[in-house]
Formats: sequence, structure tokens, C-alpha cells
Amino acid sequence: MNFSDMVPLLQTALELGLFSALTVLALYLSYSMLNVCDLSTDGCFTMGATVGAVVAISGHPFLSIPAAILAGMLSGLIVAFLQTKMGVESLLAGIIVNTAWYSVNIAIMGNSSLLNMNKTDTVFSILKEKLEGTFLAGSYKLIIAALAVLIVLVFLSFFLKTRLGLAIRATGNNPDMVKSSSINPAFTTIVGLCIANAFTALSGCLLAQSQKSVNIDIGSGMVTIALASLLIGGVIIPRGGITRKAIGAVIGAFIFRLVYTVALRFNMPAYMLKLVSSIIVIIAISTPYLKRQLPLLKRRMALRKVGTNGEER
Amino acid sequence: MLRISNISKTFNPGTVNAKLAIDNLSLEVKDGDFITVIGANGAGKSTLFNAIAGEFITDSGRIVLDDTDITLMPEHLRAIKIGRLFQDPLRGTAAGMTIEENLTLAAGRGGWLSRISHAQREEFKDMLRELGMGLEDRMKQPMGLLSGGQRQAVTLLMATINPPALLLLDEHTAALDPAAADKVLKITREVVEREKLACLMITHNMQSALQLGNRTIMMNKGRIILDVSGEERANMTVADLLQRFKEISGEALDNDRMLLGVE
Repeated sequence: MNFSDMVPLLQTALELGLFSALTVLALYLSYSMLNVCDLSTDGCFTMGATVGAVVAISGHPFLSIPAAILAGMLSGLIVAFLQTKMGVESLLAGIIVNTAWYSVNIAIMGNSSLLNMNKTDTVFSILKEKLEGTFLAGSYKLIIAALAVLIVLVFLSFFLKTRLGLAIRATGNNPDMVKSSSINPAFTTIVGLCIANAFTALSGCLLAQSQKSVNIDIGSGMVTIALASLLIGGVIIPRGGITRKAIGAVIGAFIFRLVYTVALRFNMPAYMLKLVSSIIVIIAISTPYLKRQLPLLKRRMALRKVGTNGEER
Repeated sequence: MLRISNISKTFNPGTVNAKLAIDNLSLEVKDGDFITVIGANGAGKSTLFNAIAGEFITDSGRIVLDDTDITLMPEHLRAIKIGRLFQDPLRGTAAGMTIEENLTLAAGRGGWLSRISHAQREEFKDMLRELGMGLEDRMKQPMGLLSGGQRQAVTLLMATINPPALLLLDEHTAALDPAAADKVLKITREVVEREKLACLMITHNMQSALQLGNRTIMMNKGRIILDVSGEERANMTVADLLQRFKEISGEALDNDRMLLGVE
């Protein structure tokens, strides 16, 4: 593969990486900060895509983005409400909402599992028109994706240092301490999940509009892919402040897509994406555990060598 | 100041594991009281604290703090007036956040979207300097890097940064090494005196139970079986205390930790 082949490849990876980076940043907030594994991510991602598509098709390309964000917040609100006020286990709350959103998303798309935006004005088609003839003509997707990620990054690095942001971080860290600071951890969980799901929905909305179509499966497996990206990011930038780690999450999303795109070039079938992302998540989560088990395993092996009657020495 | 009237709590009611943890207990704490709480394991000391702090709602009875009925008030709202420290130094602070961030949350000044101000940072620095542990130069370090004694001292700071009406200390020095325990206890006394807080302190050390504060209560099976203060308490020895326990409860206090006075 020569360099001229690499450039479009890199660009695709970067675009897709940046679109999914928004979901990765959502998980950065919910999984890393709030310590909640939000399994409604897939459904919420699809909901952002469907709501955004429906609003855009109805002739409001700019309104489609806040509409998707609002839908995401509503989704997050429901998940958080189930967890904090209805006594539903946090994992279960996510799965239930995720299942429910399958029906809701088909309903949003008007009893269809596929919407086409080929002739629809979206922020992408508008920017593409504007840039026609300039040297940036080919990078309209990249510009919008990068802009969205940048806005979310700036927002997060500001927000997580405010008092509310600190309270959200502490909720994941030590809910007892939040209570003794006279803050209701239910409140911080609700706010955190609303914001995180707003990012997820934005992610879905932008991806769908950039590829000019939505189908009901657009979000499936998103939570695992995003988690894999987040964990890769954590390996690359293991230490540092919250902003550094958030940037790490974005880099993780890009690397994940890059590896995947390159693997596709080497004839890995496209359907392997989800298997690969699952394996990455398994490796990333189990490695620290297995490392802790290592000394025990070593001693067992040593004992086996000398036999059960022998001295360990 | 704090009036607890006839509270009861049964855990796992209606099962074979049902346990009457608080049995029709009443207690009146006056302004400026520093009460030490003693009793064998399982006597209901921590459960009483949990009831006051609102970790659970009692089955019956009422709790009134500073003329406000807090019987049904949720835990985080009670925390405005009640500060609390646990035996486990890890419970009071968020390990993954910096000292400064922990203090900011505890201080709770400004709006939700406000950030730590320069003035506030200086204020925290002064408070940390007073602890004499060199923490004023480590404000940007995560709480998790601190020793148990340092964490407990910062937790004490956090619990009293907005002076509460009542401070609950649940063996808060028991998990520390003797030197750190002395230091934390010294800081505790200073804070309580300076802010004129009412304070309840659980301890297993009978000697310090009689020395610290102005009043001692002894619990057994979810009840207060002894409440001494003033002259009577001043003349009391650990042996007297044990004797009184035997007389009232009809059994000897067989708790090694208490008898040996090990903190």
C-alpha cells in the first residue's frame, strides 16, 4: 500500500473516529466519571439518528441537531429516573430502555426501519455546497465532525471543573461523600446521564446525516465499540487531568477506527467489527484483574513443581 | 438542640433474622454537649448514628434537630446540619479527586456552574496549614495518595468547613496509628471548641470516654443504659463503669477491646 492509498484511508478513519468520539466522550462521562455502564447507548444513538433524520427531512437541517440532542437528553433522563427513583438496577435500566427504543425509533421513522436522506438538505450537504471549488471541498465531513468534537471537548473540560461537574465526578467516586456534602447523588446521576446521552444522540445524528441514511441497526453494538475506544484511549493516556484523559478518549476512538479500516483493507470482512470490539473490551477490562491474579498463579505453579508433599522452597 | 424521642428500628422485620437494633430510645443533647458513647459490639451505637444521620428512617419515634423535625428528612439534607466521620478514613473523601476538589465540594459555595476561585483556594490553603501536615502544598494531588491519618484530618476539615450543628464521630481514630490518632483527636477537640459544636463520639477506649467531653452514655441492646455527667462522671473510674454496666445489664462486659482500653 503506498502513500496515496493511505490518505483517503486515513481520512475515512478520522471521520468515523470523530463521529464515534462523541459517543466515546459520552461514555467517558457516564462510565469513567459517574461509574454507570449505560447500556441504553445503542438505542439512544439510533434515536439521535432517527430524530435528526426526520427533522432534517421535514426541511429543518439546522434544527435537526438540537432536536437530536434534546431526544438524547430525554433518553438519558428516563434511564436515570429508572435507576434513581424507581429502584431499577442500573444495567437493567439501560437494557430495558434500549429495548423500548427499538419500537420508538421505528415509530419515529414513521413505521419504517430505513430512512433515506439522499435528496435532503443537511448540515453536511449545505457545507459541501459552500466549499465546492475550494481546496477543502473533500473535507466537509471532517470539518463538521472535528467541530462537534471540539465543542464537546471544550464543554466537558469546563463543565467537569464546575461545582456540578465535581459533584458528578464524586458521585462515581464516593456517593457517601456526595451526600455528606449535602448534594443528592440522584440529582447528579440524572444530570450526568442527560448530558452523556445528549452527546450520544448528537453522535448518531451526525453519523446518519453524513452517510445520508438511517436504518434501525445504525446504533447496534455502539456501546461496545465506544467502550473499546475509551479503554484504548486510557492505555494511551493513562494519567493526567480530566481534559487530557478526554483527549485520550478521542484519540482512542480514532485509533480504533484506524485499526479497523486498515484491517478491512487487508480483507477482514466488515462483519468482524463487533467481534473485534468485544475482544478489545474483554482484554482491556480483564488485564488488570489477571495481572493481580498472576502472583497466585505463579505460586500455584511452583507448588505443583515440588508436589503437594514437598516444601515450597 | 437534638431531641430524640422514643425511636425504634427493627432490621429484617418479620423474618428469622429480625433484629431490634434500636429499642425505644430517647436522648436529649444540649448545646455544646460533647458526649462519648460506649457499649459492646452490636449494642446499637453506629445504628443510632445512622438513624440520626438519616441512613435509614426509623420505624417510630421522632428526631428533632434545632427545632426542625428531621424524622423523615433525606440523608443529604440532614447533612447540612450534621457532620459525620467514620472509622474507615476512605469513606469521607473521593479518592480519585484532588484535595482541593474534595474541599470545594464540601464547602459548596457559589452556584452549580461556579469554579474554584483564587480566594477560596487561599482559604483552603490556610485551613490545611493549620492541620500541620504539610498538605497545603499538595492541594492538587489526588486524595488517594494521602495516609489514613491525613485523609481523616481532611475529612474532619470537610465536615466542619460549614460548621454543622452536630458532629457525629464514629470511632474516627480507631483505624489510625497511635500518633495519627492523637493528632486527629487533638484537631477534633480544637474544632469542636472553636465552633462550639455539639458532638457525639463513639469510642472503645473507656479511659478516653471518661476523659473527653462532658458526658458519657453507655448503650446495650439498642438502649441507653447509663448516662453520666458532671460530678458523678468526674469521679468515675473505668472499674466503676464496668461495675455499673454489670449492675444494670446483669451481665459482665466481655469485650476485650473495651476492657483493654485498646483504641
